[in-house]
Amino acid sequence: MKQFLGFVKKEFYHIFRDIQTMLVLFGIPIAQLLIFGYVVTNEIKDIKIAIYDQSKDDVTLQISNKIISSGYFILEKDLDHISNIEDIFKEGDVKEVIVFEPDFAKNLQREGVANVQLIADASDANTANLIVNYTNGILMDYIQKENQLVNQPLQIDTEVRMVFNEGLKSVYMFVPGTMALILMLVSAMMTSISIAREKEMGTMEVLLVSPLKPVQIIVGKVIPYVTLAFVNAITIILIGYFVFGMPLKGSIWLLLFESFLFISMALSLGIFISTMAKSQQVAMFISIFALMLPTLLLSGFIFPIENMPVLLQWLSHLMPPKYFIIIIKNIMLKGTGFMYIWKETLILTGMMLFFIALSVKKFKIRLE
Amino acid sequence: MRTILYIIQKEFIQIFRDKTMLPVIFIVPIIQLIVLVYAATLEMKHIDMIVVDNDLSTVSRKLISKFDGSPFFYVNSATFNIKEAEHQITADNADIILNIPVGFEKKLLKENKSSLQLQINAINATAAGLTNAYANYVLADFNKNIIIEYIHSIAPSPRKTINVNYSFWYNPELNYKIYMLPGILVILVTIIGMFLAALNIVREKEMGTIEQINVTPIAKYQFIFGKLFPFWVIAMFELAFGLTIGKILFNIPMEGSLLLLFGFTSIYLIVALGIGLFISTLANTQQQVMFIVFFFMLTFVLMSGIFTPTESMPKWAQFVNIINPYTYFMRVIRMVLLKGSGFWDIFKEIVSLLIYGTIILSLAVWRYRKTV
Repeated sequence: MKQFLGFVKKEFYHIFRDIQTMLVLFGIPIAQLLIFGYVVTNEIKDIKIAIYDQSKDDVTLQISNKIISSGYFILEKDLDHISNIEDIFKEGDVKEVIVFEPDFAKNLQREGVANVQLIADASDANTANLIVNYTNGILMDYIQKENQLVNQPLQIDTEVRMVFNEGLKSVYMFVPGTMALILMLVSAMMTSISIAREKEMGTMEVLLVSPLKPVQIIVGKVIPYVTLAFVNAITIILIGYFVFGMPLKGSIWLLLFESFLFISMALSLGIFISTMAKSQQVAMFISIFALMLPTLLLSGFIFPIENMPVLLQWLSHLMPPKYFIIIIKNIMLKGTGFMYIWKETLILTGMMLFFIALSVKKFKIRLE
Repeated sequence: MRTILYIIQKEFIQIFRDKTMLPVIFIVPIIQLIVLVYAATLEMKHIDMIVVDNDLSTVSRKLISKFDGSPFFYVNSATFNIKEAEHQITADNADIILNIPVGFEKKLLKENKSSLQLQINAINATAAGLTNAYANYVLADFNKNIIIEYIHSIAPSPRKTINVNYSFWYNPELNYKIYMLPGILVILVTIIGMFLAALNIVREKEMGTIEQINVTPIAKYQFIFGKLFPFWVIAMFELAFGLTIGKILFNIPMEGSLLLLFGFTSIYLIVALGIGLFISTLANTQQQVMFIVFFFMLTFVLMSGIFTPTESMPKWAQFVNIINPYTYFMRVIRMVLLKGSGFWDIFKEIVSLLIYGTIILSLAVWRYRKTV
């Protein structure tokens, strides 16, 4: 037992003395939370637009002011000719041009209809779509206020309720995603590299001939990362809760238990990778291409899985983080109990046992 | 000059002899381009709708078939119990509930006004916002049809309307793939330039072979040039390779001058290689390089505007983006490929990168020591 503790202590030294390792362990979680919390939001803010107002009357002025004061847009330029639009898009700053027809106010007053054209730089399709929707919303809002006194026949009113996220906050997406990403990273990548390094440097042999049993070596390797991953998980939950206002509706114990399960799964995956990889570099490449990118892209973290091609949807079933993200969302946001997530829990447990079995089979205690 | 040529020759032999290098250069990009471009889509195509129709009237049935007929919504189940529908949302079997209350049609025809309810699973706020927008389009359209159908002639309405026409330039079909592909190319080219170059130099350090080179009469600049030039060539090749795949598989537009794009890339690579060299002077082991690059990549790629516009980011992030090389390239490659921007449109980025490259390279060369 004493030997074993000594071994665990050695592992902790390895981690704490290396600045780069600490950067990955603690720098990435915090940087990720900050980036997803403040930087990579799909909210539209300060988008530069240009206005080509051929009418220049009270109404167009009012509408322009309304648009600019909305906070979504900044007026970059007043255009005076239609042919300038091409140039201004090519310069790259302006994302939308609003064109008012001549005699806008007059047409609106006399004929009841006036025309606006919204030209968006759709090279960024998603943003273009959002910008146009926002502008349209402002225009509709304006005209609705104008029409307040007029009655329309057969009007259907819609009450919309945003379930689980009244304020449409993006934090509800990125906290679960970041948690899955970080735990995967810390557990799977760091363990696999750490074991691969011992192999590469030849110190693995020293460990194998020591009185420690192979199981003790693996467990000793894993304990520091379990601890650190757990610290990370709790840090992320705390930051999410206190800084970003992420609710925790369900049971904290269930959440911690599921996190522990996911960490164990990731660790067995890490051990499995290390049994395949001969060098750190290979372990790193496998980790990046087999863990990182799929975790980011195929787990439903940033992009919804339902919208992907069928083939990728199948592929996403193989991604462990996908299930963990579903579990976290269920517990934290929906407040559901174990009844709703037993299937995901079972899948993660199955994956863990699968990787452990494979690693035991492939783990070599002899030299080649 | 001949010394440099020999170093370059040695490097190329070393790179291509390594069995793991060829897959990294050829296969990884293909997989990434295919998988990531398809995965990274925000287009909403499949919104599962559950209907609670307690009215069972002509109007309600029409509305449901209107939703079912729209390209976005799939009415996949119906129930009379709102609790049951809410349960389906919680279990993730549906994204939106359309709740039509009893007496919906009667009220609409008698009182000219009736209301229904939408409940949207909003955990993914962006998707929920889009779902809401699409649902409102469908409803507004339906409302218009109902008015025409039931009132027959439309009396000249005293209401004012603003007619909004949209036009989406450069990408009228709002195809998200042609936007993502250049972004992923940027990452690939940078991985080659920055990451592999840094790894390569540190490996010589780790294996001790760098000392052998240090004791030769090879000058510092010759060594650095000889080390970096092969990766410059491979990265340029990678760009051409990626563009070819993009053209064949996704038919990405190439509006602008390819010459300009490659010219800009060659400047960008000087910055990327400079950063790689700088990292290699900071690290002693390959593992350290990997961790630094890893941190760098995760942070800077996301901040570069690959998914979301940089203009909407907070001021401090825009400030950080000044030293983020990805930002410049991400912007320029999309401008040139998709919009056909010319030299003067990207002049500012060219100058910024030239300054950046000069600074980072001098810094790296200064930090690089021939002595141990």
